[in-house]
Amino acid sequence: MSNTPTTPLLSLRNITKQYPTVIANDQINLDVMPSSIHAILGENGAGKSTLMKLAYGLIEADAGEIYWQGNSVSIRNTAAARKLGIGMVFQHFSLFETLSVVENISLTMPGSREQLSKQIIELGDHYQLNVNPAASVHSLSVGERQRVEIIRCLMQDLKLLILDEPTSVLPPQHILSLFDALRKLRDNGVAILYISHKLEEIRELCDTATVLRAGKVTGSVNPNEKTAKELATLMIGHDVPSVTGRDQQRTSEKPLLKLSSVSVEAQDPFGTSLSDINLDVHGGEIVGIAGVSGNGQQELSKVISGELLSKLLAPNAINMINQPAAHLGAADRRRLGFSFVPEERLGRGAVPPMPLSKNALLTAFEKGMLKKGFLKKKAIASYTQKCINDFDVRCGGPDSTASSLSGGNLQKYIVGRELMLTPKLLFVAQPTWGVDIGAATAIRQRLLDLREAGVAVLIISEELEELFEITDRMYVINGGALSPSLTTSALTPNDIGEYMIGNQQELRETGGNHAV
Amino acid sequence: MQFKLDRRVHYSKAMLIATPIMAVGLSMLVCTLLLLVLNKPVLLTFHSFFIAPFENFYSITEIFLKFGPLLLIAQALAVGFRAKVWNIGAEGQMIIGAIAASSVPVYFVDSTSAWLLPAMIVLGALGGMAWAAIAAFLKTQFNANEILVTLMLSSIALQILYYLLLGPWKDPMGFNFPQTVMFQDEALFPYLFDGARINTSIAIPIIFTIGIWLFMEKHFGGFRLIVGGLAPSAATYAGFSSKKAVWSSLLLAGFAAGIAGMSEIAGPIGQLQRSVTSGYGYSAIIVAYLGALNPIGIIFAAFFLAVLQIGGDVALVSADLPISAVHVFQGLLLIFYLATYTFVNYRLRVVRPITQATPKLTS
Repeated sequence: MSNTPTTPLLSLRNITKQYPTVIANDQINLDVMPSSIHAILGENGAGKSTLMKLAYGLIEADAGEIYWQGNSVSIRNTAAARKLGIGMVFQHFSLFETLSVVENISLTMPGSREQLSKQIIELGDHYQLNVNPAASVHSLSVGERQRVEIIRCLMQDLKLLILDEPTSVLPPQHILSLFDALRKLRDNGVAILYISHKLEEIRELCDTATVLRAGKVTGSVNPNEKTAKELATLMIGHDVPSVTGRDQQRTSEKPLLKLSSVSVEAQDPFGTSLSDINLDVHGGEIVGIAGVSGNGQQELSKVISGELLSKLLAPNAINMINQPAAHLGAADRRRLGFSFVPEERLGRGAVPPMPLSKNALLTAFEKGMLKKGFLKKKAIASYTQKCINDFDVRCGGPDSTASSLSGGNLQKYIVGRELMLTPKLLFVAQPTWGVDIGAATAIRQRLLDLREAGVAVLIISEELEELFEITDRMYVINGGALSPSLTTSALTPNDIGEYMIGNQQELRETGGNHAV
Repeated sequence: MQFKLDRRVHYSKAMLIATPIMAVGLSMLVCTLLLLVLNKPVLLTFHSFFIAPFENFYSITEIFLKFGPLLLIAQALAVGFRAKVWNIGAEGQMIIGAIAASSVPVYFVDSTSAWLLPAMIVLGALGGMAWAAIAAFLKTQFNANEILVTLMLSSIALQILYYLLLGPWKDPMGFNFPQTVMFQDEALFPYLFDGARINTSIAIPIIFTIGIWLFMEKHFGGFRLIVGGLAPSAATYAGFSSKKAVWSSLLLAGFAAGIAGMSEIAGPIGQLQRSVTSGYGYSAIIVAYLGALNPIGIIFAAFFLAVLQIGGDVALVSADLPISAVHVFQGLLLIFYLATYTFVNYRLRVVRPITQATPKLTS
């Protein structure tokens, strides 16, 4: 058995995985060397997650071979993967909220709580991944939870750590400290597979990058030697489109959306209560709400859309297009000229098993689609067809079911459906979540065009780059409270980060290790 | 060898049609086994169930007599089920409808007014709706589970019926039987044919079916209910009220069940008595599912179950089966239907174990 440093730790050979409608991985070859940080770069839907799940034993490949330190292996389940020394941290963490950190870890690790706690503290000190073993998970920030997940992987004999989009949940300051920890892990002999679509991060952190596009490897490069633009071209297959059109700003005199001291109690025990939210959006501007997920975005979006009505709010606590609206339901607010694109497309923005035409009815039913309550088939079909044409929705036609569309195309359809309502006030939550670069650019361009047309646009996004690219003003949401209004052009990502974590929390989390 | 269920990308239309047929086939298979164990004649039993009901005109009219209430109630229940409002208390709503309608001939024993029957229809509908409204109120106000509430309300309705029949409404000339007076002809639906019990009330379920089909397939109201059932968050997002969906689903079922109950006492029974529902309220649940909650499918399912009930009656005599045999068969149908329905959304895959890869050396 050869085990020289030149033998890859993990080798994938001709790995193929097919799903009913798509080949997620097509003849993939990949070599991960020991003590390296290896990026898997690709757009959403390129097959990154499928590949990692194969390596972690969550799914089995249809064809191909996996070699571990030169030996052919079959990784049939996650227990087998862990036995080999593979650990994985998912985008959505798998921790029990009601248990403490050490209790969570003792579920998968042998040993007494005292021993484990000691280990947690030692590992935390060594890698600067400090976390209090006795703390309840639900009281931890997202960054701290991520540390728990990483430490849990470290407690076994870890040789390969797989991280799925680890920075998507972190404020900028914490990203740096995560990178420090990852470099230290690498220097201690751990290989890291780093899944991301964020080019700058990969250039900064990774030693090698394997680029995936539509299930195939399109290149294996040293990311430090490539520009972000070159990487993006490898990733999407053509030049990166860009948005245009930031003319002189002309905003309406009166705000088209105004929230005055809105406080709403959380509905579920792990939800976030909104406290004293003040926010206004004028016509002709794009206002963004930044923040780490789980800080009240869900609740705020439901309060603005009318999906969540609080009886405790006075009607004019929410003023929409110069009308008191806090007492109005979602359909009534739409009648005022308000449109909303929710972050969940399937099941909220669209009914998955229904055709696109029926999905048009969901919000556009007052656009001449009904006659005495009966459906006007032709009017529905032509609205749907127009939306498909105008917004370049790739699908089999108005009869395709919503669930058959890719994430990006469905988002284009929903955005199109809402824009065809010609709103005066548009609210989009996570406009380009899981959307490929081409579609994302198209959507951002639409939003900018709307701004030029004098529409008031509010977006909630976790992608800071996106917010910096298109917004005029920003608010930051943290723990259900909103920062003061901030002018985008006068901001840096670090400023936003400050508001994202709040200074007190920043001190608690880093324990003074990390200066901002 | 292992079996795995893979979720289909699109639900299978072919399976949607095949599932009721598979359910019937599997139920017949299990019934055959049961009959063999019980040492009953298999062929004679199936002949009694499926052939005998069509052998003479009278029993064909009897099929349609049962078909009517099953169709009426199942159509309304299916609307609710598609909106995910689980009303399983049509039985109770039917009883209260029958009681409310009976109040007219009970208190106006001597009336020969032409308004008797229309008044009974209205009261029957209102009675059923009132009973369903209790569940709707508790659901929308306190989020009380409608499955439990409607089921328990059925027991209460039955006790009310017993109380009336043993007490205030008992026929004074009825030899102490728990039943009301026989109703006058003006309180009964006219017969369609001489010598058969089938009457003009059969028009109600047929008109109702057309209305439900239009509502569910062509009307925005039906669309709203379907969205609420398929994707509750999408309904909230669109601004469709979930409370409205609960109210309309339950009131519609109460309306249909109430009229079905009324049609029984103003039809084949001709008085209010303990067995007023014949179990239609529960059988209609099976009908609704066997018909894939589709207005057209329910027509076939209601007819099939009506045949089964008449056939069961025949089999009691000819094959000496116990009365519970029909219930067992109905229960099997529902279980097999629900089990086979899985294949509408999933496909079965046989996984052969791959031989464990043996470690081998590589360069």
